[in-house]
Amino acid sequence: MSAYDVSVLSVIGINVILAVSLNMISGFCGQISLGHAAFYGAGAYAAALVMIGSGSLPLALLSGAVAGTALGILVGFTSLRVRSDFLAVTTIGINFLFTGFVRKQAWLGGEMGISGIPGSGLGARGNMMMILVFAAMTIALSVYIGRSWMGFAFSAVSEDEDAAATLGINAGAYKLAAFGIGTALAGLAGGLYTFFTQFITADAFDFIFSVMLMAMVVIGGIGSTWGVAIAAIGLTLLPEAIRFVNDYRLLVFGGIMVLVIRVAPGGLAALARRLARGDAK
Amino acid sequence: MSAVLELDDVAVRFGGVQALDGVKISIAEGEFVGLIGPNGAGKTTLIRIVAGTVKPDRGRIMLAGRDVTGTSTASRVRRGLALTHQIVRPLRGMTVLENVVLAAGYRRTANPLRALVNVERRAEIERAAAILARVGLGGTEGKLAGSLPLGQMKRLEVARALAVDPHVVLFDEPLAGLNQIEAARQAETIGEVHAQGVTVVLVEHNLEAVMRVSRRLIVLNDGRVIADGAPEIVIADTLVREAYIGTGTAAHAEH
Repeated sequence: MSAYDVSVLSVIGINVILAVSLNMISGFCGQISLGHAAFYGAGAYAAALVMIGSGSLPLALLSGAVAGTALGILVGFTSLRVRSDFLAVTTIGINFLFTGFVRKQAWLGGEMGISGIPGSGLGARGNMMMILVFAAMTIALSVYIGRSWMGFAFSAVSEDEDAAATLGINAGAYKLAAFGIGTALAGLAGGLYTFFTQFITADAFDFIFSVMLMAMVVIGGIGSTWGVAIAAIGLTLLPEAIRFVNDYRLLVFGGIMVLVIRVAPGGLAALARRLARGDAK
Repeated sequence: MSAVLELDDVAVRFGGVQALDGVKISIAEGEFVGLIGPNGAGKTTLIRIVAGTVKPDRGRIMLAGRDVTGTSTASRVRRGLALTHQIVRPLRGMTVLENVVLAAGYRRTANPLRALVNVERRAEIERAAAILARVGLGGTEGKLAGSLPLGQMKRLEVARALAVDPHVVLFDEPLAGLNQIEAARQAETIGEVHAQGVTVVLVEHNLEAVMRVSRRLIVLNDGRVIADGAPEIVIADTLVREAYIGTGTAAHAEH
């Protein structure tokens, strides 16, 4: 396995964690978040600082998850107060606030970012294995949640909060839970990214990246863990395989997203179900 | 008999309108109470106050002896209050069975952590299927709730209400929009619910139906309780007649 393969597989693993965790918030619980990169970034910066300070890999990853979830629950509270379309706008704002804030902070390296972060000590291949194990665990957790009563309640909250309330389901608590879990995983992904690059700047966590993550969720099929994971893998590989896509990344992803919404609103997951039933056009 | 639902001096004001003014109602376990009143009498506000979607300016709401005034709809449901909506609110993207299973699992979904560690749902599925059969929805389990005709959606609301093991069910216009056959069928189901020991509060425009099934009638007008007692006595009350005829809603008594 070449260094290039190791690097691509690492990025795939990180993107799978990000897309699947965003799907828990936006797919399972119906809370449209267009600022997932901010939680990812919060995790990356927290992990970097803790690693520089303590040199402990587990502690750094844990701080990444904690930083992601702390910011996530804060944003989750706004989801209790605003309608879903305003939540989308609010989360966009959070993303811009995050990158804007980080760029101005000397202790976070400002525009130059943080470099010279100590490595995990696992080597590139070990890092990749660690990332892939966490990605597999994220998928397993997501599948489990989908089957649990939590996933069941999420879908009720996603569809109609008032109807959910008459079934004894406290929509607010579930929305916070979705944000809490989803953003903890995004923060963890940030920590893994920190060890993957050992150098971070605010640019890696901008709004455009949040939109790309949402594209993975929509193309994979909102609410479908496997569909989203496969879309994350495919959309990470696409720019690697086709040079042209890399240059026009936003254009291509946006185009695919519009096409999916128009032709197959359920994304890859719905398409696969239709094929399995044998009634595909 | 102890009170399952009590409103103690409840008042609420919207802008310049005193929607409810010193409402005092006590409903004992096992009662079948009809709640009527002309349009604008405050029925909808009263339902919202009991459901917890509107907070009163003054007064207390007690559910099974506990003060629930400041609590959410969901926590009231978990304490034994079931609600059916005037405008049906099924979870349209789920099947009929899933709608009732989710209601039957109200203990498992009481908080996200408990919901996260619980996967098993066989007992709830069995219970939900039994309830669906009881309200006459046997055979529709696998259909999407959103695809049901209105009459069946209204019964689905009743099924969900029953699934949360209620002490008291608040029916908000359960007959509205139904044809005569469906309405008769729905009224029968509500009667059966009561026969099983559940306290019923029926808010309904169809005066004839309310008169037929209720053992006690409460009349609201201008945000106040103007009569409370046996239906035949209440309906003969001059104040009640004036309230209805005076606002021209007597027509509702016709159908």
